[in-house]
Amino acid sequence: MEIVAVFPDPAPPELARTLDLSGYRWKAIGSAADATRHEPPEGWAGAVVVADSDPESAWAFCRALRKREPAVEPLIVLVSGAQLADLELRDELFDDFCLTPFHPRELEARLKHLFWRGGTSSKPELVDYGPLTLNLETYQASIGSTPLDLTYMEYELLKFLAQNPGRVFTREILLSRVWGYEYFGGARTVDVHIRRLRAKMGEEHANLIQTVRSVGYRFGQGRWA
Amino acid sequence: MPVNEQQRNYVVRTVEERGVRLVRLWFTDVLGVLKSFAISPAELENALEDGMTFDGSSIDGFSRVQESDVLAVPDATTFEVIPWGDGKAAEARVFCDIHNLDGTPFDGDPRQVLRRNLHAARQHGFDFYIAPDIEFFYVAPPEKGQAPKLLDEAGFFDLTTNDVSSNLRKQTLRTLEAMSIPVEYAFHEDAPSQHEIDLRHTDALTMADSVMTFRLIVKEIAAAQGVHATFMPKPLEGVQGSGMHLHLSLFRGDENAFYDPDDAYNLSTVAKQFIAGLLRHAAEITAVTNQTVNSYKRLVPGFEAPVHVSWARNNRSGLIRVPIPKRGNPLATRIEYRSPDAACNPYLAFSVILAAGLRGIEQGYELPPEADSNLFELSDVQLAKLSIEQLPQSLSDALRVMEQSELVADALGDRLFEWFLRNKRREWREYKTHVSAFELDRYLRAL
Repeated sequence: MEIVAVFPDPAPPELARTLDLSGYRWKAIGSAADATRHEPPEGWAGAVVVADSDPESAWAFCRALRKREPAVEPLIVLVSGAQLADLELRDELFDDFCLTPFHPRELEARLKHLFWRGGTSSKPELVDYGPLTLNLETYQASIGSTPLDLTYMEYELLKFLAQNPGRVFTREILLSRVWGYEYFGGARTVDVHIRRLRAKMGEEHANLIQTVRSVGYRFGQGRWA
Repeated sequence: MPVNEQQRNYVVRTVEERGVRLVRLWFTDVLGVLKSFAISPAELENALEDGMTFDGSSIDGFSRVQESDVLAVPDATTFEVIPWGDGKAAEARVFCDIHNLDGTPFDGDPRQVLRRNLHAARQHGFDFYIAPDIEFFYVAPPEKGQAPKLLDEAGFFDLTTNDVSSNLRKQTLRTLEAMSIPVEYAFHEDAPSQHEIDLRHTDALTMADSVMTFRLIVKEIAAAQGVHATFMPKPLEGVQGSGMHLHLSLFRGDENAFYDPDDAYNLSTVAKQFIAGLLRHAAEITAVTNQTVNSYKRLVPGFEAPVHVSWARNNRSGLIRVPIPKRGNPLATRIEYRSPDAACNPYLAFSVILAAGLRGIEQGYELPPEADSNLFELSDVQLAKLSIEQLPQSLSDALRVMEQSELVADALGDRLFEWFLRNKRREWREYKTHVSAFELDRYLRAL
């Protein structure tokens, strides 16, 4: 996952925490100029703009991101209830909005949906995390330059985890999201496949998938762990 | 996209991306021999969609009876790139289910037989999990009529550093893991040149596939070093044979159906009935779990192989052992069935074991008392008093009991039941007419 731009700098703590817990990589940006200066080589993955403290600068920031070629998307704007009217006639400046004070779960769900939609665009779909790369178009995984030969279910499980780095998933969630509810095996199946993935990634990379005791599994580092 | 189509896409794209030149379609004959035919990537999509037609006569063992065409339909979930061989012209394998040309499951296919038995367990809400401990010997490439030549003289757990066999074992483990077969332990066994590799549990179908792959990998890795790996149950007189102890459990969703915290043994009623079923039908299923003439030379007193039909918590002379799980872990509660050897057909062996256990559950069999003394030290009279019977003493005995077994006929299906008996009776007839070195040494001069 590439880096998300967050306005303003510094980002409100509650927002920073929510983004971290949901596993996003992000950077706080204070102005349109900074957005250009700090832009990662692959471009911004999207933006989260908090508009409730300094609406004018916030909307200016949105406009600057949207005027670029290509425009930064998806973009979600956080506004207070009193600002709802400000959204009118600014439809081209944002893809979704969320009311402040926001509910972390709501924001997380909205972001996830936005990024999912964004993911269906024509960009080559690569998931990168440390040495691991997944090419979602060709179904190929590799560690460094070494291809990782996986079975279909191992691939699907790794894809799901790598697309949601830093998040802790219970076995039940993994089973329902990766195998589907109709699967009749029980959560032990998840353990069996995690064990296989770790073995295939090799000892030095096996800890990319971490066991979170009595909860489940997490891919990559959790900032609040 | 429907799941099946996604799986097929995954296979097709992987073959393209990884430059796979040959896809091997794997299936298993009645005797548990891995069969394979290769197709080119160009034919792959068609094969995944409609299956490949082939002559069914290769599936019924050495007494050819089947002569009509059948379909091999790849099970895309088992597709893997083969990690040994030529890196530039990669090969892949996929296990197949065999179907009749009209698309119905072919009842002569061991994998379909296991599927059917697992389905029956599912009707009761059970998933069948298995973890095998597989033993084998490394020997010099065999010559006809010669006794096996061993690679080392080490004993149990000996560190045989830098020797050929420990290198082989290391390489084997790496290859197993690369083929999605996780290993729990690997060590040097009791007998010289004997090794054991314990696999981590999986569902029974995956495990049967894994055992087939395991045997091939162990042999391939050894052959590349000029060594022969053998799963022959008793290759050497006077030392332990090679078994395949099976750790068995039934799960209901995420619950271990064998576990009961309130029982003195932590065994549920389901577990006790399952054990009772296995004990009562043990003699009937032995021809399948121990299918060679040589298997019965392992099942003798004094070599840690079971002889008596009994169970206990920690008695390695019995047929069924109930290991005490680490830290009382409910998920690890299981039973260990100790008679099978790795020369069996895993699909059929798992099928009849499951059928025997399920019969115990369905009919509510009573578990006989635990036999915790060393049974090898008891006299026949004492054993009779405990009503402890012996396993069949020879392939011929085992076949005779199996023939009468309605349970085994149901579990295997009529066609496979008949093929199996036909193959094995023929094997016994050939053995019976053989005049052995034992006889010549003992009688030629003396009589």
